[in-house]
Amino acid sequence: MGEKQFRGQALSWQVQGGVIELALHRGPCNELGSLSLGELEQFASALDDLEKDASALIIHSEIKSGFCAGADLRELYERSQAMEKSAAARGVRDFLERIHRVLNRIDTVPLTTIAAVHGVTFGGGFELALVCDLIIADKMARFCFPELRLGLIPGFGGIPRLKRDLGNAVVRDLLLTGRSFNATKAQQIGLVSQVVSEGEALRAARATAAQIGKFDRQTAVVAKQFIKPVPHDELRREIDVFCELFSRPAVQAGLRKFVESTDAQPYLP
Amino acid sequence: MQTTDQTLDEILTLAAAHFKVPREKLSPDADFFKALGIDSLQTLDLLTRIENHFHVELPDYELQGVTDFRTLAAKIQARL
Repeated sequence: MGEKQFRGQALSWQVQGGVIELALHRGPCNELGSLSLGELEQFASALDDLEKDASALIIHSEIKSGFCAGADLRELYERSQAMEKSAAARGVRDFLERIHRVLNRIDTVPLTTIAAVHGVTFGGGFELALVCDLIIADKMARFCFPELRLGLIPGFGGIPRLKRDLGNAVVRDLLLTGRSFNATKAQQIGLVSQVVSEGEALRAARATAAQIGKFDRQTAVVAKQFIKPVPHDELRREIDVFCELFSRPAVQAGLRKFVESTDAQPYLP
Repeated sequence: MQTTDQTLDEILTLAAAHFKVPREKLSPDADFFKALGIDSLQTLDLLTRIENHFHVELPDYELQGVTDFRTLAAKIQARL
């Protein structure tokens, strides 16, 4: 039996009125490392039970600075430094395989899923939002795929899922420039379904979930399956490409520069 | 269309109000990281507030090396 309520170190969940709420709350900004992944895996397991009594899932952050700043680069760098090169490469691949399993599970869960985002929604955090059916953003949300700045590509399914949702020219712009963009832009390009006032994303997500709950559940599930295919082949390829890139010395240098930076603009290399 | 000085003044007022710094302590040529005492995440917050205020889009790579309010205002002005 999955737990109906859970409070971990990185995230928590609860079910209320047919809506599962998954809250991220690990400082500084919900960086996704081994702790978060372990608890996400617990959540994915619990979903088998939770989904029986729910129609929607909302993912949001309790951290003021944002939804999620992406992968825990400090942990990634420190672990890779502490290991022999081939062991580090295996560790990265294992981490990616595990997080892909979790994100694929959330992507295909027979519920309507909503990411309620604010502030920093970068890298892996952006990828977590992209697995959801809808993204509701407060006007201070900011999105970015900064991975190319480190000599990498997004590794948690970002490119295949962006390609699923957006035109290729937009994907190239976001990926190849590594620039960040605000919620208004995100709505203009079709990524975000609603932009709301500062601090209002979770309230809007709850109102949307309540509306979803009025519909026949099975019809919603069929509709979702019909319009939201999972790009499995590209997701597999993404893991391979990420691992190939990760083994290059330039990536280690980029990670070290980021981790050791005292620059006020480490996101602006 | 508003002037660069007006844009600069609005940025200073916006930054002072949000980061709770007396407006008179912010000069156009001040280093905004030091004057506001902000980190990288707060810099992104400031950028988003400025974009929302002026209804412009400013790619963050255009801010590389920009540290003072006057240059920041010029970057915004070029997008109005």
